Amino acid sequence: MPADTPVGGAGSAALGNRAHFVIQATLPDVRDGLRDVMSCALVQDLTEDCFGTTQLVLAEALNNVVEHAYASYPGQIEVDVQRDPLHLRFHITDTGLPMPGAEPPYGELPEAGEFDDLPEGGFGWFLIRTLVEDLSYRREAGQNLLTFGVSVNNQV
Amino acid sequence: MNLATIQQREIIVIRVMDDRIDAASAIQFKERMREITSTPSERVVLDMSNVGFLDSSGLGAVVAVMKALGPIRRLEISGLTTTVEKVFRLTRMDSVFIIHKSLPEGLRHAG
Repeated sequence: MPADTPVGGAGSAALGNRAHFVIQATLPDVRDGLRDVMSCALVQDLTEDCFGTTQLVLAEALNNVVEHAYASYPGQIEVDVQRDPLHLRFHITDTGLPMPGAEPPYGELPEAGEFDDLPEGGFGWFLIRTLVEDLSYRREAGQNLLTFGVSVNNQV
Repeated sequence: MNLATIQQREIIVIRVMDDRIDAASAIQFKERMREITSTPSERVVLDMSNVGFLDSSGLGAVVAVMKALGPIRRLEISGLTTTVEKVFRLTRMDSVFIIHKSLPEGLRHAG
């Protein structure tokens, strides 16, 4: 396809090996935005495993922005996707609240424990940290910028 | 959240008709499961063979449903797709649930 053909539906733009998406910071909008990203040309050659991993880590990152950064006021999330032969690279920016401690949570796997104490949450950052490469976060000019990579041959 | 239910003898089989259980649908999933499982049955089987995507909120909801049913009437899960199975495995929740590869013989026409 020509390099300037937009892919990924509304709110997106693509040029060559990059695509850009703007997603409103609500859970239903994140679901729709995720569908747009996962429909874009940059991810269509991924294996089933890698496609699933990519969708999972992106969902976790975006849901975190909705539930924490924008917990008390509305906003939007920008997702920039870059592709090279072996990696997908995501840049996610928002203007919500900064991450506490100015870094992403450590993301330890919650203890399974007894039946009544089984964890019902706290898996998100564990999954992100387990599945991505080169996770970085910084706060700059009132914006959160989270970046990470996914290996397109990911076989975890 | 669209769930199809069939009760055969002492087993309720609930098939998730949506292709995902995610942060946007987790609460609704828990509520619908609570309604459906308020009908007495010896066993409850959740058929997830249509679910191609489960995020951590969805996983948390499935755990919450299991805890609500209790240790005796233990939630059984069937038909994990590749990506969903990976989420269970990485979080070690695969060791906590009773997981069937597919629905038991005789229950395959549920839903």
